[in-house]
Amino acid sequence: MPGDYRFHLAVGSRFENIELVQVVLRDCLQRIGMDEDAQHWVDVAVREALANAIKHGNLQDPAKQVHVDLAVEGSDLVIRVEDEGVGFDPSLLGDPLAPENLLRPNGRGIFYMRSFMDDITYGSGPGGGTMVTLRKRLTGPQTDPGDTSD
Amino acid sequence: MDVSKRQVGDVTILDLKGKITIGSGDVQLRNAVQEVMNSGATKVLINMAGVSTIDSSGIGELVSAYTTATNRGARLKLVNLPAKVTDILTITQLITVFDVYDSEDAGIKSFG
Repeated sequence: MPGDYRFHLAVGSRFENIELVQVVLRDCLQRIGMDEDAQHWVDVAVREALANAIKHGNLQDPAKQVHVDLAVEGSDLVIRVEDEGVGFDPSLLGDPLAPENLLRPNGRGIFYMRSFMDDITYGSGPGGGTMVTLRKRLTGPQTDPGDTSD
Repeated sequence: MDVSKRQVGDVTILDLKGKITIGSGDVQLRNAVQEVMNSGATKVLINMAGVSTIDSSGIGELVSAYTTATNRGARLKLVNLPAKVTDILTITQLITVFDVYDSEDAGIKSFG
């Protein structure tokens, strides 16, 4: 059933909690029927979103939570990651491919998210923090969850 | 992530195993490179064969390791990149920055 491909998690702002989310995410992606390669890249993209939420959004304040929602909407896998920070303007980021930025140690996370997902958008969540929405088009059997036995 | 160090002639090899990701493997990589730099190593080969996942923080640490080594007059090269690590270095054009070798032997010989 489509509901099998939906979860909500709220975790404290600690980097080790990224691994907890990954366990649940991996299980869900496998049940959807996503191939190993695609699972890996979605995994990396979500890692980047979580790391940004913990580090830049919630400033590693363990009292603040990161909310993760996953759902299959039509033919898209949709993952939303929301922090409890003060908001963020992604247009202020530099181009990591620009020669002057190539050897910078940071500034590649959102670029990787854009590379590995079909679409990402930034906005404000209900609590005023930053919410990034990551979309991946599904192909194969997972596009019709009702046909997939579980 | 596990990091182990060994010496082949005058080349210091760091064998990495596991995830190089924010908050764990990235810090271990930074510390390991700092240690070999402080010990005076000038030829450093990082063996990436055992790396399962790397994120932007891990990539950032590789870049920092490269620039730290270069600034100190040392040379730092990569060997045995898993395909997915090659992919992630390629899309940010960093594959052109690093000296990358397919085998440890080739990496060692490249230092001359």
